[in-house]
Amino acid sequence: MNKVLTTGIVLGVAIVFPLVMHVLDQAFYISFATRILIYAMAAASLNLVLGYGGMVSFGHAAFFGAGAYMVGILAFEGVTSLWLSWPTAIAVAALAALAIGAISLRTRGVYFIMITLAFAQMMYYVFVSMKAYGGDDGLSLASRSTGLGVSLSNDFVWYYLVLVLLIIIHYFLHRLLGSRFGRVIEAIRENETRATAIGYPVYRYKLLCFVISGAIAGLAGALIANQTSYVGPALLHWVQSGTLMIMVILGGVGRFWGGPVGAVVLLALEELFSGSSLLGPYSLHWQLPVGVILLAVVLLAPQGIAGAFAKKSR
Amino acid sequence: MTGILFLEQSLNSLQFGLMLFLLAAGLTLVFGIMDMINLAHGSLYMIGAYLMASIAQATGSFWMALPLALIATAIVGALLEISLLRRLYERDHLTQVLATFAVILIANEVVRIIWGNQSLMLNAPAGLTGPVTLPGGMQYASYRLAIIAVGVLVALVLYFLVTKTKVGMLVRAGASNREMAIAMGVNIRRLFTIVFATGAALCALAGAMLGPILAVQVGMGENILILAFVVIVIGGIGSIRGALVGALLVGLVDTMGRALLPIAFAKMFPPQVASNLGPALSSILIYVLMAAVLFFRPQGLFPARG
Repeated sequence: MNKVLTTGIVLGVAIVFPLVMHVLDQAFYISFATRILIYAMAAASLNLVLGYGGMVSFGHAAFFGAGAYMVGILAFEGVTSLWLSWPTAIAVAALAALAIGAISLRTRGVYFIMITLAFAQMMYYVFVSMKAYGGDDGLSLASRSTGLGVSLSNDFVWYYLVLVLLIIIHYFLHRLLGSRFGRVIEAIRENETRATAIGYPVYRYKLLCFVISGAIAGLAGALIANQTSYVGPALLHWVQSGTLMIMVILGGVGRFWGGPVGAVVLLALEELFSGSSLLGPYSLHWQLPVGVILLAVVLLAPQGIAGAFAKKSR
Repeated sequence: MTGILFLEQSLNSLQFGLMLFLLAAGLTLVFGIMDMINLAHGSLYMIGAYLMASIAQATGSFWMALPLALIATAIVGALLEISLLRRLYERDHLTQVLATFAVILIANEVVRIIWGNQSLMLNAPAGLTGPVTLPGGMQYASYRLAIIAVGVLVALVLYFLVTKTKVGMLVRAGASNREMAIAMGVNIRRLFTIVFATGAALCALAGAMLGPILAVQVGMGENILILAFVVIVIGGIGSIRGALVGALLVGLVDTMGRALLPIAFAKMFPPQVASNLGPALSSILIYVLMAAVLFFRPQGLFPARG
């Protein structure tokens, strides 16, 4: 299938979706779809380091959570304008990524996985112990961010704002990966020694890639804080990092649409099995079918879902 | 006063460290020999604790239930290895993460379906419920002393198994160079099923011994799993000795940090700052330790691969 055509269809579906749901009187699914879009952005940011950069970060929730917490803390202190709080969220997440990346990127392989995990856990406990900002219980936001002239509490406005941001991010990623920078990052993933020998400052390229990814995750975090009007330490827990990673692996590591596809599939599966209509009283145990399906994907589609489709169409 | 506190916290940290060692020993071998990231290791700990709690309830005896729970969990582990994990050895780390994450979800739900959402009670064995007076006049829970004794015993047995027996020699060979071990004719598949089952039994032992102290509940494996990973990364992947040293170190730093840091901070800072800073710093201490070890000695303290 033609790439442009596929993109157009997906975009069309995304634009029409809330209108259809509105007609069907299913407002819940508009909010649910917004959550998917936000996780798609977070997963896409992880896919940049994990899939294209070959850096298996097991601590991406740190940047996601830091971004969310900045919005929460600023709102708590009375700053609700998104022109202030969102850039702060992005900047803090990028700074965190710079600090964590600068140390972690000196290790490689399994040790990189573990050291990023360690730093994320540190951030998790830092936020747990911040009693002034809710500690274990987290913070509730009085309302969504302000500053656009329209109320973001409107589900439609909010959905389309998130969609526009997601499109901008994906366009940016598309240009980034097609640029010289993107090629170098992939070259480093394929053969770091060779890239060094050719003369690229490998460490700096990897660090920059890590920081960009952290910044995008921070934006996604700022959005999720607005989406749920709540921030809590669970956003930084390692299970959250794991979930983002599962989305990327499920969708397809290093596939352009891997992150979004994984986010859609995982969250839709959760919704499908946890909604009581399908399994009746057993819907409490929705994790069981989700786990079985994840296993099936591992055993049957080693390249992830996006990978499996790309192969077929070739 | 401070002397007694210090002694008590030392015993606590020893107890915590030894239990972490039980978990880390199996994990480090799986990681070291098969180069396999097994997130489901914590699930075996949970399953062991649940099996122990129900067998203990059925038989009415802690010590009779213990071997049964260990054997049952070892069988679960062996089945898991043969049916699923075996297919994952040749795959990359990411695939292993996804698959074993799926196993966590499945294990949690199966446990919920069988045992329900309520956490289970597991009583300490009769005769070990009260405190004992240690030399020096300190009161200490006798059951915690029993945990320390069991931990030391298992560490000695493992040390003997790994350094003095033929199976142990094969395990060490596999951990230090898998391809070479295969080339020399070691049946690495069978060896690994044995290692995995043993690791599962050790998990069950940790779950069973910690059951009376902590709650036996779904999700108990996820939190301790990360600590076990911290231990093996500090100790050096694939090294039993490293797992022991790492576990004791993590137990010591964590327990002492939680007990002593707030006291030290209360003396140095105003109470407002101290009450916020103390808990924060003590809970991140082990991760700081791990990051520092990785930074200065990326292969861990006792690398198995030469």
